[in-house]
Amino acid sequence: MIETKEPSMSGALRISAEVGSRIYQQMWRIRVFEEHANELYLAGKMPGLTHLYTGQEAVAVGVCEALQREDYITSTHRGHGHCVAKGARLDLMFAELLGRSPGYNRGKGGSMHIADQENGNLGANAIVGGSAGIATGAALSAKMRGSGQVAVCFFGEGALGQGLLHEVMNMAQLWDLPVIYVCENNRYGEYTHFSETTAGTVLGRAQALGMKAFEVDGQDVLAVNEVLTQLVAAARDGGGPALVECHTYRYHGHHVGDINREYYRPKAEELEWREKRDPIKLFGERLVAAGLASAEELAALQAAVREEAAAALAFALAAPFPDPSEVTLHVYA
Amino acid sequence: MSALTMVQTIARTLDEEMARDDRVVVLGEDVGKRGGVFLATEKLFDKYGPDRVIDSPLSEAAIIGAAVGMAAHGLRPVAEIQFADYVYPGFDQLVSQVAKLRYRSGGQFTAPLVVRMPAGGGVKGGHHHSQSPEAHFVHTAGLKVVFPSTPADARGLLKSAIRDDDPVVFMEPKRLYRAVKEELPDDLDALVPIGKAAVRRVGDDVVLVSYGGSMAETTRAADALVEQGLSPHVIDLRSLAPWDEETVLEAVARVGRVVLVSEAPKSASVMSEVAATIAEELLDQLLAPPLRVSGFDTPYPYAQDREYLPGPARIMRAVQRVLDY
Repeated sequence: MIETKEPSMSGALRISAEVGSRIYQQMWRIRVFEEHANELYLAGKMPGLTHLYTGQEAVAVGVCEALQREDYITSTHRGHGHCVAKGARLDLMFAELLGRSPGYNRGKGGSMHIADQENGNLGANAIVGGSAGIATGAALSAKMRGSGQVAVCFFGEGALGQGLLHEVMNMAQLWDLPVIYVCENNRYGEYTHFSETTAGTVLGRAQALGMKAFEVDGQDVLAVNEVLTQLVAAARDGGGPALVECHTYRYHGHHVGDINREYYRPKAEELEWREKRDPIKLFGERLVAAGLASAEELAALQAAVREEAAAALAFALAAPFPDPSEVTLHVYA
Repeated sequence: MSALTMVQTIARTLDEEMARDDRVVVLGEDVGKRGGVFLATEKLFDKYGPDRVIDSPLSEAAIIGAAVGMAAHGLRPVAEIQFADYVYPGFDQLVSQVAKLRYRSGGQFTAPLVVRMPAGGGVKGGHHHSQSPEAHFVHTAGLKVVFPSTPADARGLLKSAIRDDDPVVFMEPKRLYRAVKEELPDDLDALVPIGKAAVRRVGDDVVLVSYGGSMAETTRAADALVEQGLSPHVIDLRSLAPWDEETVLEAVARVGRVVLVSEAPKSASVMSEVAATIAEELLDQLLAPPLRVSGFDTPYPYAQDREYLPGPARIMRAVQRVLDY
C-alpha cells in the first residue's frame, strides 16, 4: 500500500519546453510574490503578519499542474503558493494582503484567507487543519454530482494533531471520495520540529485506513507532479482518495516576524536546504541540462515575473480601502 | 518588583504559582522552548523543565481533554490555547467534559484547571486571530470566566483561577499585552477575587461598564467626558461568570444611565446579559435604556477593524444618547 516515488533526476525530462517554462515561471512567481510580502511586512506597509511559502514552491506547483482549473483545492495559513499555483492573480492577492477593496476577499480576509472561486480555490484557512472538512465535502459533492472534479487538501504536518483530519480521511476512504490529502511536511509545526509532536509516520496514518499513501521529494517539482498526476487521474475515475507526504522546507520562520529562530532550527540546516535543495534552482538546472531552456531564457522569465509582480504590487498599493459600509456586507445572503 | 507589562506579568505569575505549588503544570502549543507565541510562558521551560512545561502537538481538543484528566487526578494544569480562535476544536472538551465533570459525577470529580487564551482584535489578525468568544463560555454552566484588563488584575485573577477548585477560562486581551506597565505588589498571595468588579472611576452622570480590551477605549472615552465637564462612573467587570451584579446594579440604580462597552459581537453577548439584568432589576430607576456599544454581528473584518472595534467616538455617541434621552 505504501510506495515511495524516487525522483527521476537523470535522463530526459518527459515534459515539453512549454510546460517546463510554465512550471518554472509559476514557481518563480510564488518566490517573487513572497519576497514582496516579506518586504511589505518589514517596511510596515502590510497590516498583521504573514506566513511565507518560500522554499516549498515545488509542492504547490507540482500538485496544481496536475489539476484542471475546475478542480478544487483548500489551502492553509501558509497559502500564497497554493493560490498562485492554482491560477490566482498577483495584483488581487497583493490587494487582499493590504486590505484593499479589489482584493480577492474585498479586504475582509487578508493573507490567511484568500479564496479564488474562479480557479477552484476554496480558500486559505488560518485554523490548522481547518479546511480538511471543506476539501472532503467538496469531493463528496463532486462525486454525487458526477462532475469528475477532484479536490486537493493541502495541509502542513502540524495538522496531523487535529482530529478533524483523521475523521474526514476515514470518511473519504469509506466513501471512495476523489480527494487527495497533500501533507507538506516542512519539518516544523510553528516553532517545533515535527518529530517532537508527531508519533509514528505520516503515511502510517493513511495506511491504518487502507488509504493509498506515497511520499515524495517535495523539492522536486516533477516528482510531485508525477505522483499527483497518477493519483488525480485515479481519483477522477472513481479510484478513491490518497495521501501524499511531500518532504519540503520553509526557508523563513513560522511567520515573517520569526527571525531569531536558532533556538529551534540551526542556521546550517537552513543553508543546506537553500543551497542544495532549492526547488527552483534544481528545476532550472534540469531544464537547461535537458535542452528545454537556456539560462538566458530562464533569466528572461524571471525578469518578466519581476515586472509583473512590481506592477501588481503598485496596483494594490494604489487601490482604495473598502468602504466602511461594507463591513456588514456578505454576512448573510 | 519592577513594572511589568501584562504578558510579562502572566509569565511571572505562572512562575510564582508553579514555585508555590508543584501540582501546577503548563501545557500548550509552543509554550515550552519558545515560551509561547506571545511569550506568556517565557523562561518557565528553563526553570521547570519539560515535565511541568509541556509542548503539545497542535491539538486543542487533546490539550483541553488531557487537562481534564490531569486536573481530576491531582494536578493543577494551566492550558494555553494559542489564540482564543483556536479553542473551537477543543470546544467539546470544554463544554461537554470540563464544565460538567463535577455535576455529572455528583461532586465526586472536579476539574480544577485553567484554560488561558489571548482574545480580541486590534492586531490585524483576520477572522481566525481576532475573535472574542467569551459569551460561549459564560453561557456554559460549570465554567468560570475572567477577562482582566490590567497587569495587576491579570496577576490577581490568574492566581485565583489556579487556586480555584473549579475550571476557569482565563481570557487575555492580546492588544493590551504590552500596552502599559504596572508596578505589582510584592505579596505572592495578592489575589483578585473571581466575581468582583473594579470601580475605575467614581461619577454621577453615566455608568460605563466594560472589560478586557475594550477597557482601553472606555477609559479614553471617560477621560474625554471628564474634559467636557461630565462625571462618568467606570466599572471594569474583570469577571464575566460570575459577574458582579451588585457593583453594577448599585451604580446604575444611583446614576440611572448606563452604557455597556465590549468589542464582542452584539447578539447574545455578555453585555446583553448585563443589560437584561439591569432592565429586570432596575426598570423604575433608569433614566434611559441601557445601551450596548459593541463589535458588529459579523465575522471579524481584516481591513475594517477600526470601524468594528468600539472606539471612544462610538462610546461617546452612546453616552450622548443616554444623556439626551
